[in-house]
Amino acid sequence: MEPRTSAAICGMGHSMKRKEDPRFIRGQGHYVDDIKLPGMLHMDIVRSPYAHAKILAIHTEKALAIPGVLAVITGETLKGFNLHWMPTLMSDTQMVLPVEKVMYQAQEVAAVIATDRYIAADGVEAVEVEYEPLPVVVDPKKALEPGAPVLRTDKAGKTDNHIWHWETGDRAATERAFAEADVTVKQDMYIPRIHVASIETCGCVADFNKTDTHLTVYMTTQAPHAIRTVFALVAGHVGLSEEKIRVISPDLGGGFGGKVPVYPGYVIAVAASVVIGKPIKWVEDRMENLQADSFARDYHMTAELAAKKDGTMTALRIKTLADHGYADAAANPSKFPAGLFSICTGSYDIKTAFTEMDAAYTNKPPGGVAYRCSFRVTEAVHAIERVTDVLAAELKMDPAELRFKNFIQADKFPYKSALGWEYDSGNYKAALEKAMERIGYAELRREQAEKRAKGELMGIGICSFTEIVGAGPSKDFDILGIKMFDSAEIRIHPTGKAIARFGTKSQGQGHETTYAQIVAEELGIPAAHIQVEEGDTDTAPYGLGTYASRSTPTAGAAAAVAARKIRDKAKKIAAYLLEVSEDDLEWEPGKFSVKGAPQKSKTIQELAFAAYTNHPPGMEAGLEAVDYYDPPNLTFPFGSYICVVDIDRGTGEVKVRRFLAIDDCGNIINPMIVDGQIHGGLSMGLAPALFEEISYDESGNISGGSFMDYLVPTAMETPNWETGKTVTPCPHHPLGAKGVGESATVGAPPAIVNAVVDALSHLGVRHIEIPMTPEKVWNILREKGVAE
Amino acid sequence: MIPATFDYHSPQTLEDALALLQGHPDDAKVLSGGQSLLPLLKLRLGAAGHLIDIGRIPGLEYVKEEGGVLKIGGRTRESALEHSDLIQTKYPLLAQTAAVIADPLVRNLATVGGNLAHGDPANDHPATMLALRAEVVATGPNGTRTIPIDQFFLGLFSTALAPDEILTEIRIPVPPARSGGSYVKLERKVGDFATAASAVQLTLGAGGEVASVGIGLTNAGPTPLRAADAEQYLTGKQPSADVIAEAARRASAIATPSADRRGAIEYKRQMARVLTGRALKQAIEWAKEH
Amino acid sequence: MAQHQIQVKVNGTDHKAEVESRLLLVHLLRETLSMTGTHIGCDTTHCGACTVLLDGVPVKSCTVLAVQADGREVTTVEGLEKDGKLHAIQDGFWQEHGLQCGFCTPGMMLTSAALLANNPDPSEAQIRQAISGNLCRCTGYVNIIKSVQYAAAKLRPEAG
Repeated sequence: MEPRTSAAICGMGHSMKRKEDPRFIRGQGHYVDDIKLPGMLHMDIVRSPYAHAKILAIHTEKALAIPGVLAVITGETLKGFNLHWMPTLMSDTQMVLPVEKVMYQAQEVAAVIATDRYIAADGVEAVEVEYEPLPVVVDPKKALEPGAPVLRTDKAGKTDNHIWHWETGDRAATERAFAEADVTVKQDMYIPRIHVASIETCGCVADFNKTDTHLTVYMTTQAPHAIRTVFALVAGHVGLSEEKIRVISPDLGGGFGGKVPVYPGYVIAVAASVVIGKPIKWVEDRMENLQADSFARDYHMTAELAAKKDGTMTALRIKTLADHGYADAAANPSKFPAGLFSICTGSYDIKTAFTEMDAAYTNKPPGGVAYRCSFRVTEAVHAIERVTDVLAAELKMDPAELRFKNFIQADKFPYKSALGWEYDSGNYKAALEKAMERIGYAELRREQAEKRAKGELMGIGICSFTEIVGAGPSKDFDILGIKMFDSAEIRIHPTGKAIARFGTKSQGQGHETTYAQIVAEELGIPAAHIQVEEGDTDTAPYGLGTYASRSTPTAGAAAAVAARKIRDKAKKIAAYLLEVSEDDLEWEPGKFSVKGAPQKSKTIQELAFAAYTNHPPGMEAGLEAVDYYDPPNLTFPFGSYICVVDIDRGTGEVKVRRFLAIDDCGNIINPMIVDGQIHGGLSMGLAPALFEEISYDESGNISGGSFMDYLVPTAMETPNWETGKTVTPCPHHPLGAKGVGESATVGAPPAIVNAVVDALSHLGVRHIEIPMTPEKVWNILREKGVAE
Repeated sequence: MIPATFDYHSPQTLEDALALLQGHPDDAKVLSGGQSLLPLLKLRLGAAGHLIDIGRIPGLEYVKEEGGVLKIGGRTRESALEHSDLIQTKYPLLAQTAAVIADPLVRNLATVGGNLAHGDPANDHPATMLALRAEVVATGPNGTRTIPIDQFFLGLFSTALAPDEILTEIRIPVPPARSGGSYVKLERKVGDFATAASAVQLTLGAGGEVASVGIGLTNAGPTPLRAADAEQYLTGKQPSADVIAEAARRASAIATPSADRRGAIEYKRQMARVLTGRALKQAIEWAKEH
Repeated sequence: MAQHQIQVKVNGTDHKAEVESRLLLVHLLRETLSMTGTHIGCDTTHCGACTVLLDGVPVKSCTVLAVQADGREVTTVEGLEKDGKLHAIQDGFWQEHGLQCGFCTPGMMLTSAALLANNPDPSEAQIRQAISGNLCRCTGYVNIIKSVQYAAAKLRPEAG
């Protein structure tokens, strides 16, 4: 799509250089750990070496004897304020600091407050805790067996470790379809625990002013407004009142979902500041970040497909066991305990489907946040895209052919899925065709055949995913009752420049640029003249924040709608100034002119000036608007990815030789930024496919809890991503846009697994669990007798 | 992560450094590149009352051939070794080893002497120096002594260096014509320790047979290992594919790795075999061309 | 707990400080000198967010003691821009969208600047290797490599 606006205006479709970059490239980004307030104290946290243990005693004397250590806060301290437990977003509870027992290794046990971070660290070393180890449950299957130790002894009457059961779809019809099917396939798959590992860890500076009882919290949060309300609800009884709470989310060094939850460290820091009356800084280190912050995934899935002989899919069934750790602290919309997993019918016209899920408590940290994904969409896509390849192998069909056979056709949109979603728009066939053509699919298949004849292992994997992002419509979507709208507030200054504020919060996505481009598109004011602000609850309009690819679908839409309100008012002013009827005016980016007399016109800058200096009688002065956008539906971006791998028969190493991503996110605001989002998303799809995993031994000891063993890929492991696009506009978004930040994270892992399995398919291999480590692949090579 | 307190000393001469070591016999550690020591202290997995920084002592960083011996100063940075013309053209085993230690930024500070003196079998130079039949020069209060590399590694994090000695030089015999070497490392990603790695240095005879060979294995036991059986087997033989395969098998037979996230014992042992085979082939190629 | 009087030249300016033996260089910069462009992203010398140039050589300042920098020159991201003119690597990262959240960016730019000082025309493979001690979670490295190539072209003499 050619941009409608000039390069000077820089509306949609321009690859505008980012407005936020001048400060970042000068080292002037302003992150939480950069904040230094007068009298600020530092907090460091004592953590449990045990996964499950009674706390017999906490000895703080030696720590308090260290010069500079001012206080040690324990669960008993917080119990005095009834702040030792806090609610989770999923109507569960989790500890801030324990009073009776710890439930996972690295759990917060006490906090040391000191004059600097070195002394605080010494204080942590000096706190002595006596524990009595308790039986540990790490396997969710064992957790649900009769006789398993009951973990949540704090819940009166709780006799097992089952959290909830959830199901959707038509169970009976699905059973019938499977009974009648020509072919059925079934595949178990496990998606392990992984961690977003943004390069900036989490932290805050809590600053409570005892005189005016104002609390300011500078905090690594993707959802500052929601956090303010949570603080007010949780700590109202100790005097925190929402009008006196200000949450500021400064520059964030990545988020990816890991900065949505309220972690105990934040709450302890706030409590400490309220008690001591001084600013308290807490910044976790990397090991704390990996070991205690919310994890993602940990889903044990069994996916089944039923089909006709010709490959037509007739039914899908998925059963899942979700390991939530010791508390259900997932960050999902309230009505969706399993998130949006029911997108699992994917890009295919499957008439009948059923999915059910059970959630279990274990002695692991809580969470279930996204890892750059919209509420369990990655899990759903992994299931359908993997089992589709299993079906292709069963039918001896090319996986591309099977996909073409089952794609929802372009003329079927809006499409109602068997599990209840209304897909907005799509053209799946076009995306896969484009991907196959660009990568040279037929030629790659020929090369593969030649290599196989020589004993070499090469694989080609396809993933044709459909995402569901942009939560969401208020009839279904809320968090703690707050509807999942988002907001924009735009003020045009007399000189025709503007400030625009939003309820979302960028973590690197480039909102300061893209939102400015949206306003520029709608008003014709150059994007360079539009100042974008987010993240300060005292100034920005209320919104639910940035995660789940929701910023463009919600706040981006709000920006367009608010700008149109401004344009409507500007039109009235133009009609007044030009002494014509509004109906006689026509708009082009940046000005209204009289139809048939284009020399008679008023620019948006002239109209802005008039709004303050010469506004029509009876009209309010000023030129500003607010919009709280309640999306009518979610958006359904999609794409087709093709991955080519070579496998080292000696070591089992997988080398991604090529990876092509064809994405469709509807109309594009900034192509450069969209490409960057795809690149980053692909890397966060590569990582869990081949490298990253957090695991636990039987005693609940964590493995993979530092960058020594949590293998975030470097430039050497990352291939040179190739990207491309198709454009199928969203019919209900004011700009025709869809979310895009997470598509690649969702689509990449199955493409990579499908490629590796494809390389080994002639040996009878049908599935490999992620991460596909060299050892795991080598074990298969050896079992199949092809290891070097 | 914050280290516990210690006292830092920055002697200007080797004599002063040795005196400081003697003055704190129980709790002093030599700080060379610091890229292993400082992380250990930060994680509080190790402790030291005194750090003796040898960073300001002149004359400890050099790479030169002298009297038929390659001499590497103990504090020579890995990056210096990696980019040395002499090393790149004549010592492929050393060049290849230096290029895969940790990451490029770490290599800008990490030192060859530190890599050996740390006594970590997961480090890369120990196996390399075994293959090269190096000698380590230790300087102590009574002067210097030379320790053959085979007598240097005593156990996990334990070397023949006395507490009051500093590793000041590594000596390697200059290889004759038709020599070659190779270091092949399997790592999960850049910056990781080896899942397995094999170091090979060899010289071919006039008839193309293996005249002499050294093979060292990284992270295959509590100390770096010399694959003596494989070396003996190869010596005097034409390096056919079968002979290389058998030598690699013999090398892997001595591996006693421990299981960790990088792999199970069997996998690591098999990788010692596969990587030794590859290192032998590459070393032979180099020897034929030089 | 010995204290040391040190003098470190940071971005061309001499700074004197009294530091504890254990103070890390990154904390000298961030806390003592309030230069917060250098970031901290891990505890195990893996991420490279704290990269600075020590006498022109890129090192991880979380794994160097402040006292080790006594009498030496440190360049941080704040020192890349000279006389109001961006360093080519800064311009490269801006033009080629080499950053998103900006947290790894100072370290990435310093490592890249040091690479270009030694190798004015690096191949893609050489760039990938040079930055392999710096982790980025946002960009997938594609545009970082383009940024370095942009800067390399701009710095080469024929580019004027």
